[in-house]
Amino acid sequence: MLNFILKRLGLAVLVAFTVSFISFSLMFLSGDPAAALAGETASDQDVEAIRVLYGFDRPMLIQYWDWLSSALVGDLGESYYFKLPVASLIAERLQVTMLLGLCGISFALLTAVPLGVAAAIRPNSIIDRIALFLSVAGQAMPSFWFGLILIVVFSIQFGILPPSGTSTWRHFIMPTIVLGYYAMPAIMRLTRAGMLEVLSSDYIRTARAKGASEFTVLFKHALRNAIIPVVSLAAVQMGFMLGGSIVVESIFALHGAGYLAWESIARNDLPTVQALILVFSLFYIVFTFLSDVLNAWLDPRMRAG
Amino acid sequence: MSDATTNMPTDPMLEAIVGPTPGQMLRKRIFGHQGLMIGVVVLGLLVLVAIFAPLLAPHDPYAQSLMARMKPPVFLGGTWEHPLGTDHLGRDYLSRLIYGARVSLLIGLVAATISGVIGTAMGVAAGYFGGKVDAVVTYLINVRLAMPVVLVALAVVAILGGSLQVVIVVLGLLLWDRFAVVMRSSTLQVRGREYVAAAKAVGCSTPRVLMSEIMPNIANNLIVVMTLEMAHAILLEAALSFLGLGVQPPTPSWGLMVSEGKNMMLFEPWMVLIPGAVLFVLVLAINLMGDGLRDVTAPENRS
Repeated sequence: MLNFILKRLGLAVLVAFTVSFISFSLMFLSGDPAAALAGETASDQDVEAIRVLYGFDRPMLIQYWDWLSSALVGDLGESYYFKLPVASLIAERLQVTMLLGLCGISFALLTAVPLGVAAAIRPNSIIDRIALFLSVAGQAMPSFWFGLILIVVFSIQFGILPPSGTSTWRHFIMPTIVLGYYAMPAIMRLTRAGMLEVLSSDYIRTARAKGASEFTVLFKHALRNAIIPVVSLAAVQMGFMLGGSIVVESIFALHGAGYLAWESIARNDLPTVQALILVFSLFYIVFTFLSDVLNAWLDPRMRAG
Repeated sequence: MSDATTNMPTDPMLEAIVGPTPGQMLRKRIFGHQGLMIGVVVLGLLVLVAIFAPLLAPHDPYAQSLMARMKPPVFLGGTWEHPLGTDHLGRDYLSRLIYGARVSLLIGLVAATISGVIGTAMGVAAGYFGGKVDAVVTYLINVRLAMPVVLVALAVVAILGGSLQVVIVVLGLLLWDRFAVVMRSSTLQVRGREYVAAAKAVGCSTPRVLMSEIMPNIANNLIVVMTLEMAHAILLEAALSFLGLGVQPPTPSWGLMVSEGKNMMLFEPWMVLIPGAVLFVLVLAINLMGDGLRDVTAPENRS
């Protein structure tokens, strides 16, 4: 077990450093970051002055080393637009995004797991067909379009939910549904497939044969085994959702980290964009690492892989 | 064998013994699969619309008309002059939708092909050679999965400038992860088979073993992933264009049309609903086809 954890941890750290290098190199994708920062009207002297001021005249690897060593102690540079430290800017905005992510994954689990279980108990029944329809539709639904439909129906037609902002819990209802529906199909399919497999296994037949009630069989014996891969999928989906919240936050004008990313990209605020890519990647790396460890702890067979 | 059965249908005893041939069973599976059939027919129609766009579109998708701005569609009291109305610049909505099919299908096809080549090369190499090659590929897949796709694509497109070519290349370079994962595990499954050992024993070179023994036997999985990634690329392009950092105006992209309609959403919700619905139908058709192909080619994988 310890061996497995150390191996996974090593991979996670290696991946984190690679991602940090890639997000740092984004700065150099445009060719000359000093010229981009100075703007199109700047004179050659101005560009040169900015190059020296921001240290763009030094070799790229040395700049990366500087950026990385300050990033490791929590200093992610200063935003070109807000003129504030990027780290505190992101920390402030992350609260909204984390809240939205937690609401989204809870919504997805609370709808997908019961639906998946119900579908597996009676395959090809009407519930199974509804669940299948919802998951197929969810995979094809453009999330920005789904969000706008909800706004048209609930804000414009009926006027019962606010279309944008973050001031009350009611502002989070529609973003939660949109983000949660994005993660729902995969969780539903995995729950259904897991339950179907478990329900046809020998120990379920034994449990039934010894006279356990249907409730005990389904929830104590079957679901507890079928839910293991779902837990790890949910952790991975959570990482995806934080990265995907950029679309949802821009539709509902939720001022979280995703909205900040969109603003910063539009304003060419590269230090903020770099830092956000790094932060979102780190969240994903931590979530997948935790889900791997959790999986290995719950199911010893996974430790070999 | 199949000739014998078709030439002698008069003998019911023989029919019962021989039964349907594998080809007949496959055909039955294909035509009996409702989702696959719906997907193929809808996607086929949309491909025809994209190919024959100049013949089908009633107007020039770029032609603006200040006199005919924001005309409603015919079912909301408009005229047949503009069956689906006009946008805020007086451009015919139906014509823009028809030309938009070209943009979406082109992006889906080319981006999925680029990422398919990258991902398949990596996955097959990892699965076949194992060891260090496998470790490097697994590490690269992990790095790629850790990067948030929407954010990286938005940032790169913003830096390089949004155009159809840039969006296609960026998406193609980002979406290879599922190809690599699936091709790696498929290769692992077939590399120990007897026919691979036989090919090696008669002295086939490694490229030949890969191309004529491994690839044909994992091609069905490749096609399934290809369709699903096509849908993924189409949805991502629409999201990027919706956020204003994908394909640039005046190109008729469905995501861009939703974004332009968003400002008029309060009074003219159809401007958002129509292009989004077409996008939904296209992605749904591709996904139905992909799921159906998986069921038909590998019935044991059905979940």
